[in-house]
Amino acid sequence: MYSQGLIGADDKPVEDDAFIAAFQARIDAEEKIEPNDPMPEAYRKTLVRQIGQHAHSEIVGMLPEGNWITRAPTLRRKLALLAKVQDEGGHGLYLYSAAETLGVSREQMTEELLSGKAKYSSIFNYPTPTWADIGAIGWLVDGAAIMNQVPLCRCSFGPYARAMVRVCREESFHQRQGYELMMALAEGSDKQREMAQDALNRWWWPSLMMFGPHDSDSTNSDQSMQWKIKRFTNDELRQKFVDATVVQAEKIGLTIPDPDLKWNPEKNDGEGGYDFGPIDWDEFWRVVKGGGPMNRDRIAARKKAWDEGAWVREAANAFAEKQAQRADAATVAAE
Amino acid sequence: MSIETTPLWEVFIRSRNGLNHKHVGSLHAADSNLAVQSARDVYTRREEGNSIWVVRSDQIIASDPDRSGENFEPAADKIYRHPSFYDIPDDVGHM
Ligand SMILES: [Fe+2]
Ligand SMILES: [Fe+2]
Ligand SMILES: [Fe+2]
Repeated sequence: MYSQGLIGADDKPVEDDAFIAAFQARIDAEEKIEPNDPMPEAYRKTLVRQIGQHAHSEIVGMLPEGNWITRAPTLRRKLALLAKVQDEGGHGLYLYSAAETLGVSREQMTEELLSGKAKYSSIFNYPTPTWADIGAIGWLVDGAAIMNQVPLCRCSFGPYARAMVRVCREESFHQRQGYELMMALAEGSDKQREMAQDALNRWWWPSLMMFGPHDSDSTNSDQSMQWKIKRFTNDELRQKFVDATVVQAEKIGLTIPDPDLKWNPEKNDGEGGYDFGPIDWDEFWRVVKGGGPMNRDRIAARKKAWDEGAWVREAANAFAEKQAQRADAATVAAE
Repeated sequence: MSIETTPLWEVFIRSRNGLNHKHVGSLHAADSNLAVQSARDVYTRREEGNSIWVVRSDQIIASDPDRSGENFEPAADKIYRHPSFYDIPDDVGHM
Protein backbone atom coordinates (compact mmCIF):
# COMPACT_ATOMS: atom_id res chain seq x y z
CA MET A 1 0.00 0.00 0.00
CA TYR A 2 2.15 2.60 1.06
CA SER A 3 5.35 4.53 1.45
CA GLN A 4 5.74 7.17 4.08
CA GLY A 5 7.97 10.17 3.83
CA LEU A 6 11.17 8.38 4.81
CA ILE A 7 11.41 8.17 8.57
CA GLY A 8 14.64 9.30 10.17
CA ALA A 9 17.48 9.34 7.67
CA ASP A 10 20.09 12.07 7.44
CA ASP A 11 22.93 10.53 5.49
CA LYS A 12 25.40 12.97 4.03
CA PRO A 13 27.73 12.08 1.15
CA VAL A 14 31.24 10.87 2.09
CA GLU A 15 32.72 10.63 -1.43
CA ASP A 16 34.88 13.32 -3.00
CA ASP A 17 33.32 16.29 -4.74
CA ALA A 18 34.13 15.12 -8.26
CA PHE A 19 32.37 11.81 -7.72
CA ILE A 20 29.30 13.47 -6.24
CA ALA A 21 29.20 16.04 -9.03
CA ALA A 22 29.43 13.36 -11.73
CA PHE A 23 26.64 11.42 -10.06
CA GLN A 24 24.48 14.51 -9.71
CA ALA A 25 25.04 15.31 -13.39
CA ARG A 26 23.61 11.91 -14.32
CA ILE A 27 20.61 12.51 -12.06
CA ASP A 28 20.06 15.98 -13.50
CA ALA A 29 20.11 14.49 -16.99
CA GLU A 30 17.25 12.22 -15.86
CA GLU A 31 19.41 9.13 -16.27
CA LYS A 32 18.28 6.15 -14.24
CA ILE A 33 20.71 4.61 -11.79
CA GLU A 34 20.95 0.82 -11.95
CA PRO A 35 22.29 -1.49 -9.21
CA ASN A 36 25.80 -1.95 -10.65
CA ASP A 37 26.33 1.75 -11.38
CA PRO A 38 28.61 3.79 -9.13
CA MET A 39 26.55 5.66 -6.55
CA PRO A 40 27.24 7.60 -3.36
CA GLU A 41 27.02 5.41 -0.28
CA ALA A 42 24.41 7.77 1.19
CA TYR A 43 22.21 7.32 -1.91
CA ARG A 44 22.42 3.55 -1.50
CA LYS A 45 21.71 3.70 2.23
CA THR A 46 18.78 6.07 1.84
CA LEU A 47 17.24 3.75 -0.75
CA VAL A 48 17.82 0.61 1.30
CA ARG A 49 16.07 2.27 4.20
CA GLN A 50 13.23 3.78 2.18
CA ILE A 51 12.50 0.70 0.06
CA GLY A 52 12.79 -1.48 3.16
CA GLN A 53 10.32 0.69 5.08
CA HIS A 54 8.02 0.65 2.09
CA ALA A 55 8.20 -3.16 1.83
CA HIS A 56 7.55 -3.60 5.55
CA SER A 57 4.57 -1.25 5.25
CA GLU A 58 3.00 -3.40 2.54
CA ILE A 59 3.41 -6.51 4.67
CA VAL A 60 2.28 -5.05 7.99
CA GLY A 61 -0.50 -3.29 6.08
CA MET A 62 -2.08 -6.67 5.39
CA LEU A 63 -2.89 -7.08 9.09
CA PRO A 64 -5.52 -4.38 9.79
CA GLU A 65 -7.51 -5.44 6.72
CA GLY A 66 -6.89 -9.15 7.20
CA ASN A 67 -8.80 -8.67 10.43
CA TRP A 68 -12.08 -8.42 8.45
CA ILE A 69 -11.68 -11.06 5.73
CA THR A 70 -13.64 -13.73 7.58
CA ARG A 71 -16.36 -11.26 8.55
CA ALA A 72 -16.94 -9.43 5.27
CA PRO A 73 -20.70 -8.92 4.94
CA THR A 74 -21.11 -10.32 1.41
CA LEU A 75 -19.22 -12.66 -0.90
CA ARG A 76 -18.58 -9.76 -3.29
CA ARG A 77 -16.92 -7.71 -0.55
CA LYS A 78 -14.98 -10.70 0.67
CA LEU A 79 -13.57 -11.41 -2.80
CA ALA A 80 -12.54 -7.78 -3.20
CA LEU A 81 -10.87 -7.65 0.22
CA LEU A 82 -9.06 -10.96 -0.29
CA ALA A 83 -7.80 -9.82 -3.68
CA LYS A 84 -6.62 -6.53 -2.22
CA VAL A 85 -4.77 -8.07 0.72
CA GLN A 86 -3.21 -10.59 -1.65
CA ASP A 87 -1.97 -7.68 -3.82
CA GLU A 88 -0.37 -6.02 -0.79
CA GLY A 89 1.63 -9.19 -0.09
CA GLY A 90 2.86 -9.05 -3.69
CA HIS A 91 3.79 -5.38 -3.29
CA GLY A 92 5.94 -6.33 -0.32
CA LEU A 93 7.71 -8.91 -2.45
CA TYR A 94 8.42 -6.52 -5.37
CA LEU A 95 9.87 -4.03 -2.93
CA TYR A 96 12.02 -6.45 -0.96
CA SER A 97 13.43 -7.62 -4.30
CA ALA A 98 14.20 -4.03 -5.33
CA ALA A 99 16.01 -3.47 -2.01
CA GLU A 100 17.97 -6.71 -2.46
CA THR A 101 19.53 -5.31 -5.66
CA LEU A 102 21.37 -2.88 -3.34
CA GLY A 103 23.11 -5.66 -1.47
CA VAL A 104 20.90 -6.08 1.58
CA SER A 105 19.50 -9.55 2.27
CA ARG A 106 15.86 -10.45 2.80
CA GLU A 107 16.76 -12.18 6.05
CA GLN A 108 18.42 -9.02 7.33
CA MET A 109 15.39 -6.89 6.48
CA THR A 110 13.00 -9.37 8.08
CA GLU A 111 15.15 -9.47 11.19
CA GLU A 112 15.14 -5.66 11.40
CA LEU A 113 11.36 -5.55 11.14
CA LEU A 114 10.85 -8.20 13.79
CA SER A 115 13.35 -6.65 16.19
CA GLY A 116 11.67 -3.27 15.85
CA LYS A 117 14.77 -1.66 14.34
CA ALA A 118 13.16 -1.00 10.95
CA LYS A 119 10.22 1.38 10.71
CA TYR A 120 7.05 1.03 8.71
CA SER A 121 4.20 3.39 7.98
CA SER A 122 2.60 4.78 11.15
CA ILE A 123 -0.88 4.30 9.69
CA PHE A 124 -0.94 0.55 10.27
CA ASN A 125 -0.65 0.97 14.02
CA TYR A 126 -4.30 1.96 14.25
CA PRO A 127 -7.02 -0.64 14.89
CA THR A 128 -9.89 -1.67 12.60
CA PRO A 129 -12.82 -2.15 14.99
CA THR A 130 -15.63 -1.79 12.41
CA TRP A 131 -16.37 -2.88 8.85
CA ALA A 132 -16.36 0.77 7.76
CA ASP A 133 -12.65 0.86 8.55
CA ILE A 134 -12.11 -1.36 5.52
CA GLY A 135 -13.79 1.28 3.36
CA ALA A 136 -11.84 4.09 4.99
CA ILE A 137 -8.51 2.30 4.50
CA GLY A 138 -9.12 1.64 0.80
CA TRP A 139 -10.36 5.14 0.13
CA LEU A 140 -7.99 7.19 2.32
CA VAL A 141 -4.94 5.06 3.05
CA ASP A 142 -4.61 3.60 -0.44
CA GLY A 143 -5.58 7.01 -1.79
CA ALA A 144 -2.70 8.62 0.10
CA ALA A 145 -0.42 5.78 -0.95
CA ILE A 146 -1.25 6.36 -4.62
CA MET A 147 -0.39 10.08 -4.28
CA ASN A 148 3.00 9.01 -2.94
CA GLN A 149 3.66 6.14 -5.28
CA VAL A 150 2.76 7.66 -8.64
CA PRO A 151 5.74 10.05 -8.55
CA LEU A 152 7.94 7.20 -7.28
CA CYS A 153 7.42 5.54 -10.68
CA ARG A 154 9.88 8.22 -11.89
CA CYS A 155 12.35 7.66 -9.04
CA SER A 156 15.99 7.85 -10.16
CA PHE A 157 16.72 4.30 -8.98
CA GLY A 158 15.64 1.89 -11.74
CA PRO A 159 14.54 -1.18 -9.73
CA TYR A 160 12.45 0.93 -7.31
CA ALA A 161 10.83 2.85 -10.16
CA ARG A 162 9.97 -0.37 -12.01
CA ALA A 163 8.53 -1.97 -8.88
CA MET A 164 6.37 1.14 -8.42
CA VAL A 165 5.01 0.90 -11.96
CA ARG A 166 3.76 -2.60 -11.16
CA VAL A 167 2.41 -1.55 -7.79
CA CYS A 168 0.56 1.48 -9.13
CA ARG A 169 -1.11 -0.60 -11.82
CA GLU A 170 -2.44 -2.97 -9.18
CA GLU A 171 -3.25 -0.23 -6.69
CA SER A 172 -5.93 1.34 -8.83
CA PHE A 173 -8.69 -1.00 -7.72
CA HIS A 174 -7.83 -0.74 -4.02
CA GLN A 175 -9.02 2.80 -3.62
CA ARG A 176 -12.14 2.25 -5.72
CA GLN A 177 -13.32 -0.77 -3.76
CA GLY A 178 -12.83 1.22 -0.55
CA TYR A 179 -14.73 4.24 -1.79
CA GLU A 180 -17.51 2.08 -3.19
CA LEU A 181 -17.83 0.41 0.20
CA MET A 182 -18.00 3.80 1.96
CA MET A 183 -20.56 4.96 -0.58
CA ALA A 184 -22.76 1.94 0.15
CA LEU A 185 -22.60 2.63 3.89
CA ALA A 186 -23.20 6.35 3.42
CA GLU A 187 -26.33 5.60 1.39
CA GLY A 188 -27.51 3.01 3.90
CA SER A 189 -29.31 3.18 7.26
CA ASP A 190 -28.59 5.83 9.88
CA LYS A 191 -26.43 3.36 11.72
CA GLN A 192 -24.41 2.55 8.62
CA ARG A 193 -23.93 6.23 7.87
CA GLU A 194 -22.75 6.82 11.42
CA MET A 195 -20.33 3.95 11.09
CA ALA A 196 -18.89 5.45 7.89
CA GLN A 197 -18.55 8.90 9.48
CA ASP A 198 -16.90 7.41 12.57
CA ALA A 199 -14.34 5.60 10.42
CA LEU A 200 -13.59 8.80 8.49
CA ASN A 201 -13.18 10.64 11.81
CA ARG A 202 -10.61 8.13 13.01
CA TRP A 203 -8.65 7.70 9.74
CA TRP A 204 -8.51 11.26 8.43
CA TRP A 205 -5.68 12.67 10.52
CA PRO A 206 -3.52 9.54 10.50
CA SER A 207 -3.90 9.54 6.69
CA LEU A 208 -2.53 13.10 6.50
CA MET A 209 0.38 12.00 8.72
CA MET A 210 1.26 9.32 6.17
CA PHE A 211 2.98 11.97 4.05
CA GLY A 212 5.51 12.52 6.82
CA PRO A 213 6.65 15.65 8.70
CA HIS A 214 6.29 19.16 7.29
CA ASP A 215 8.97 20.13 4.79
CA SER A 216 10.37 22.59 7.33
CA ASP A 217 10.97 19.70 9.79
CA SER A 218 12.00 16.99 7.38
CA THR A 219 15.72 16.21 7.72
CA ASN A 220 16.18 14.08 4.63
CA SER A 221 13.82 15.75 2.20
CA ASP A 222 16.23 18.09 0.41
CA GLN A 223 18.83 15.46 -0.40
CA SER A 224 16.17 13.00 -1.58
CA MET A 225 14.66 15.64 -3.84
CA GLN A 226 18.09 16.55 -5.22
CA TRP A 227 18.79 12.90 -6.01
CA LYS A 228 15.30 12.57 -7.50
CA ILE A 229 14.37 9.74 -5.21
CA LYS A 230 11.38 11.95 -4.43
CA ARG A 231 9.75 14.28 -6.92
CA PHE A 232 7.44 16.17 -4.58
CA THR A 233 7.84 17.26 -0.99
CA ASN A 234 5.75 15.84 1.85
CA ASP A 235 3.65 19.01 2.07
CA GLU A 236 3.04 19.14 -1.69
CA LEU A 237 1.76 15.57 -1.71
CA ARG A 238 -0.36 16.13 1.39
CA GLN A 239 -1.99 19.17 -0.24
CA LYS A 240 -2.78 17.21 -3.41
CA PHE A 241 -4.38 14.50 -1.29
CA VAL A 242 -6.55 16.92 0.69
CA ASP A 243 -7.67 18.72 -2.46
CA ALA A 244 -8.68 15.45 -4.14
CA THR A 245 -10.36 13.90 -1.11
CA VAL A 246 -12.56 16.69 0.23
CA VAL A 247 -14.85 16.55 -2.83
CA GLN A 248 -15.07 12.77 -2.56
CA ALA A 249 -16.28 13.06 1.04
CA GLU A 250 -18.83 15.71 0.07
CA LYS A 251 -20.19 13.54 -2.75
CA ILE A 252 -21.22 10.85 -0.29
CA GLY A 253 -22.40 13.25 2.40
CA LEU A 254 -19.61 12.65 4.87
CA THR A 255 -17.86 15.41 6.80
CA ILE A 256 -14.07 15.78 7.03
CA PRO A 257 -13.33 16.08 10.77
CA ASP A 258 -11.48 19.39 10.54
CA PRO A 259 -13.18 22.64 11.62
CA ASP A 260 -10.39 24.64 9.96
CA LEU A 261 -10.91 23.13 6.53
CA LYS A 262 -11.63 25.99 4.13
CA TRP A 263 -11.40 26.63 0.41
CA ASN A 264 -8.64 29.10 -0.35
CA PRO A 265 -8.71 30.46 -3.92
CA GLU A 266 -5.12 31.74 -3.60
CA LYS A 267 -3.64 28.30 -2.96
CA ASN A 268 -1.75 26.22 -5.53
CA ASP A 269 -0.60 29.31 -7.47
CA GLY A 270 -4.08 30.71 -7.74
CA GLU A 271 -5.77 27.49 -8.82
CA GLY A 272 -7.28 27.16 -5.37
CA GLY A 273 -6.98 24.50 -2.71
CA TYR A 274 -7.98 23.73 0.83
CA ASP A 275 -6.48 25.17 3.97
CA PHE A 276 -6.55 22.64 6.74
CA GLY A 277 -5.98 22.53 10.51
CA PRO A 278 -2.80 21.65 12.41
CA ILE A 279 -1.61 18.05 12.48
CA ASP A 280 -0.82 16.48 15.85
CA TRP A 281 2.85 15.65 15.30
CA ASP A 282 3.27 14.46 18.86
CA GLU A 283 0.86 11.68 18.03
CA PHE A 284 2.73 10.93 14.81
CA TRP A 285 6.10 10.55 16.55
CA ARG A 286 4.56 8.58 19.40
CA VAL A 287 3.11 6.09 16.90
CA VAL A 288 6.27 5.92 14.76
CA LYS A 289 8.34 5.21 17.85
CA GLY A 290 6.17 2.31 18.95
CA GLY A 291 3.51 3.98 21.10
CA GLY A 292 0.52 3.59 18.76
CA PRO A 293 -2.49 1.50 19.78
CA MET A 294 -1.46 -1.50 17.67
CA ASN A 295 2.37 -1.39 17.35
CA ARG A 296 2.87 -4.29 19.70
CA ASP A 297 0.14 -6.41 18.12
CA ARG A 298 1.45 -5.84 14.61
CA ILE A 299 5.00 -6.96 15.39
CA ALA A 300 3.73 -9.82 17.53
CA ALA A 301 1.59 -11.01 14.59
CA ARG A 302 4.58 -10.85 12.21
CA LYS A 303 6.79 -12.70 14.71
CA LYS A 304 4.15 -15.37 15.19
CA ALA A 305 3.80 -15.85 11.43
CA TRP A 306 7.58 -16.04 11.05
CA ASP A 307 8.07 -18.47 13.94
CA GLU A 308 5.14 -20.67 13.02
CA GLY A 309 6.31 -20.77 9.42
CA ALA A 310 9.79 -21.98 10.42
CA TRP A 311 8.92 -25.68 10.01
CA VAL A 312 7.61 -25.01 6.50
CA ARG A 313 10.87 -23.37 5.45
CA GLU A 314 12.86 -26.18 7.05
CA ALA A 315 10.74 -28.88 5.44
CA ALA A 316 11.03 -27.24 2.01
CA ASN A 317 14.82 -27.08 2.33
CA ALA A 318 15.03 -30.68 3.53
CA PHE A 319 12.86 -31.82 0.62
CA ALA A 320 14.96 -29.88 -1.90
CA GLU A 321 18.12 -31.43 -0.48
CA LYS A 322 16.66 -34.93 -0.69
CA GLN A 323 15.60 -34.38 -4.31
CA ALA A 324 19.10 -33.15 -5.17
CA GLN A 325 20.70 -36.19 -3.54
CA ARG A 326 18.38 -38.51 -5.46
CA ALA A 327 19.22 -36.76 -8.72
CA ASP A 328 22.94 -37.13 -7.94
CA ALA A 329 22.51 -40.80 -7.12
CA ALA A 330 20.62 -41.34 -10.38
CA THR A 331 23.41 -39.67 -12.38
CA VAL A 332 26.07 -41.82 -10.71
CA ALA A 333 24.04 -44.98 -11.36
CA ALA A 334 23.67 -44.09 -15.05
CA GLU A 335 27.39 -43.64 -15.59
CA MET B 1 30.71 -42.04 -27.87
CA SER B 2 28.63 -38.93 -27.27
CA ILE B 3 29.23 -35.63 -29.03
CA GLU B 4 30.60 -32.90 -26.72
CA THR B 5 28.11 -30.05 -26.82
CA THR B 6 28.78 -26.41 -26.01
CA PRO B 7 26.28 -25.11 -23.45
CA LEU B 8 23.39 -22.93 -24.54
CA TRP B 9 22.86 -19.52 -22.91
CA GLU B 10 19.85 -17.22 -22.85
CA VAL B 11 20.70 -13.56 -23.39
CA PHE B 12 18.98 -10.58 -21.79
CA ILE B 13 19.75 -7.00 -22.80
CA ARG B 14 18.87 -3.73 -21.11
CA SER B 15 18.33 -1.22 -23.89
CA ARG B 16 18.83 1.70 -21.51
CA ASN B 17 18.90 2.44 -17.80
CA GLY B 18 15.46 2.47 -16.28
CA LEU B 19 14.19 -0.47 -18.32
CA ASN B 20 14.21 -4.17 -17.49
CA HIS B 21 16.64 -6.56 -19.10
CA LYS B 22 14.66 -8.23 -21.83
CA HIS B 23 15.16 -11.63 -23.40
CA VAL B 24 16.59 -11.21 -26.89
CA GLY B 25 17.73 -14.70 -27.86
CA SER B 26 20.32 -17.35 -27.12
CA LEU B 27 23.77 -18.52 -28.13
CA HIS B 28 26.29 -21.29 -27.47
CA ALA B 29 29.43 -20.61 -25.45
CA ALA B 30 31.87 -22.67 -23.41
CA ASP B 31 31.66 -20.48 -20.31
CA SER B 32 30.01 -17.36 -18.91
CA ASN B 33 32.80 -15.00 -20.03
CA LEU B 34 32.61 -16.18 -23.60
CA ALA B 35 28.82 -16.02 -23.42
CA VAL B 36 28.87 -12.35 -22.41
CA GLN B 37 31.44 -11.53 -25.08
CA SER B 38 29.50 -13.33 -27.77
CA ALA B 39 26.26 -11.72 -26.63
CA ARG B 40 27.93 -8.34 -26.97
CA ASP B 41 29.07 -9.20 -30.49
CA VAL B 42 25.79 -10.73 -31.60
CA TYR B 43 23.16 -8.65 -29.89
CA THR B 44 24.58 -5.15 -29.29
CA ARG B 45 26.28 -4.20 -32.55
CA ARG B 46 23.85 -1.33 -33.13
CA GLU B 47 23.68 0.14 -29.63
CA GLU B 48 20.84 -2.15 -28.63
CA GLY B 49 21.86 -2.02 -25.01
CA ASN B 50 24.13 -1.01 -22.18
CA SER B 51 23.93 -4.13 -20.03
CA ILE B 52 23.92 -7.86 -20.70
CA TRP B 53 22.77 -10.79 -18.61
CA VAL B 54 23.40 -14.38 -19.63
CA VAL B 55 21.86 -17.43 -17.98
CA ARG B 56 22.53 -21.07 -18.81
CA SER B 57 19.44 -22.28 -20.67
CA ASP B 58 19.37 -25.49 -18.66
CA GLN B 59 19.12 -23.36 -15.52
CA ILE B 60 15.81 -21.89 -16.61
CA ILE B 61 12.78 -23.67 -15.23
CA ALA B 62 9.73 -23.14 -17.39
CA SER B 63 6.09 -23.75 -16.57
CA ASP B 64 4.58 -26.82 -18.21
CA PRO B 65 2.63 -25.84 -21.37
CA ASP B 66 0.28 -28.76 -20.77
CA ARG B 67 -0.75 -27.12 -17.54
CA SER B 68 -1.47 -23.68 -19.00
CA GLY B 69 -5.14 -24.17 -18.32
CA GLU B 70 -4.87 -24.76 -14.61
CA ASN B 71 -2.10 -22.19 -14.26
CA PHE B 72 -3.58 -19.25 -16.07
CA GLU B 73 -7.29 -19.70 -16.67
CA PRO B 74 -8.30 -19.08 -13.03
CA ALA B 75 -7.34 -15.40 -13.44
CA ALA B 76 -9.88 -14.96 -16.21
CA ASP B 77 -12.97 -14.75 -14.00
CA LYS B 78 -11.44 -12.63 -11.21
CA ILE B 79 -12.96 -9.47 -12.60
CA TYR B 80 -13.00 -7.93 -9.12
CA ARG B 81 -9.21 -7.51 -9.41
CA HIS B 82 -9.78 -4.75 -11.96
CA PRO B 83 -10.72 -1.14 -11.21
CA SER B 84 -13.61 -1.17 -13.70
CA PHE B 85 -15.47 -3.70 -11.53
CA TYR B 86 -16.30 -0.98 -8.97
CA ASP B 87 -19.16 1.38 -9.47
CA ILE B 88 -17.89 4.91 -8.81
CA PRO B 89 -19.54 8.06 -10.18
CA ASP B 90 -17.30 9.88 -12.66
CA ASP B 91 -17.62 13.21 -10.92
CA VAL B 92 -15.65 12.27 -7.78
CA GLY B 93 -12.48 13.00 -9.69
CA HIS B 94 -9.72 10.68 -10.72
CA MET B 95 -9.67 7.54 -8.61
FE1 LIG C 1 -3.06 -0.95 -1.83
FE1 LIG D 1 2.25 0.80 -1.39
FE1 LIG E 1 0.26 -1.84 -1.79
